[in-house]
Amino acid sequence: MSTLTLRYQVPGDDFTRAGEASSDVKRKLKQLGYNPDAIRKVAIAMYEGEINMVIHAGGGEAVVDIDPKQVRIALIDQGPGIPDVEKAMQEGWSTAPDNVRNLGFGAGMGLPNMKKYTDELRIETKVGEGTSLYMTVNA
Amino acid sequence: MTVKELAAALGAQVLVEGDSSRRVETGYAGDLLSWVMARLPEGAAWLTVMGNLNAVAVCSLKDGACILLTENAPLDENARNRAELEEIPVLRTEAGAYQTALRLAALLGEGP
Repeated sequence: MSTLTLRYQVPGDDFTRAGEASSDVKRKLKQLGYNPDAIRKVAIAMYEGEINMVIHAGGGEAVVDIDPKQVRIALIDQGPGIPDVEKAMQEGWSTAPDNVRNLGFGAGMGLPNMKKYTDELRIETKVGEGTSLYMTVNA
Repeated sequence: MTVKELAAALGAQVLVEGDSSRRVETGYAGDLLSWVMARLPEGAAWLTVMGNLNAVAVCSLKDGACILLTENAPLDENARNRAELEEIPVLRTEAGAYQTALRLAALLGEGP
């Protein structure tokens, strides 16, 4: 298997479609016979990333590279950026609005879950310009 | 026990039949989706009041056995459609999460 690249547009403010990209990646990894533990990690990390882009950034783009050794996920948005990454990485810290909390989000577990379930997480963010997240999950 | 057997044993309403031959290995209760996303065990019956689309996504991504709505919590129409599409069984009970969890634990032999 050489590298397979998947691209998704994550729509902004549309919770009805949030999770479509991570579901599709999960399905493809299953078809490829990927290690179930790695599939689970990718599904969790990518879903959290998708939800974050919907809640905070007005959507964005997800690019997923799959090769036999690892899955690399890039989540790129042109949202408001993260003013304090250190705080955002703390469990329980959330800036999600009330309407989002009513849906069951805003527990402040998004970025912590992404860190916990990936082998590498890199955040590039600039206030007013956007955020790019790069995550790697080893097979 | 399968989801179908669980529904019968609890006298639960079956809102979406889905793949009700799925085995229920254990239970889990929680409503904060990110929290559940991190912790829902595979094959768990998930007790929640969240009947929205994102709950269906969480159950699907985590390979939960079924969603078990407690206290007659509503299931959104788009969530019902997605659950049908993804064959995620959705059950509903009148009892709250605590009472339902006690009964589930007894049925699964996981009680104290």
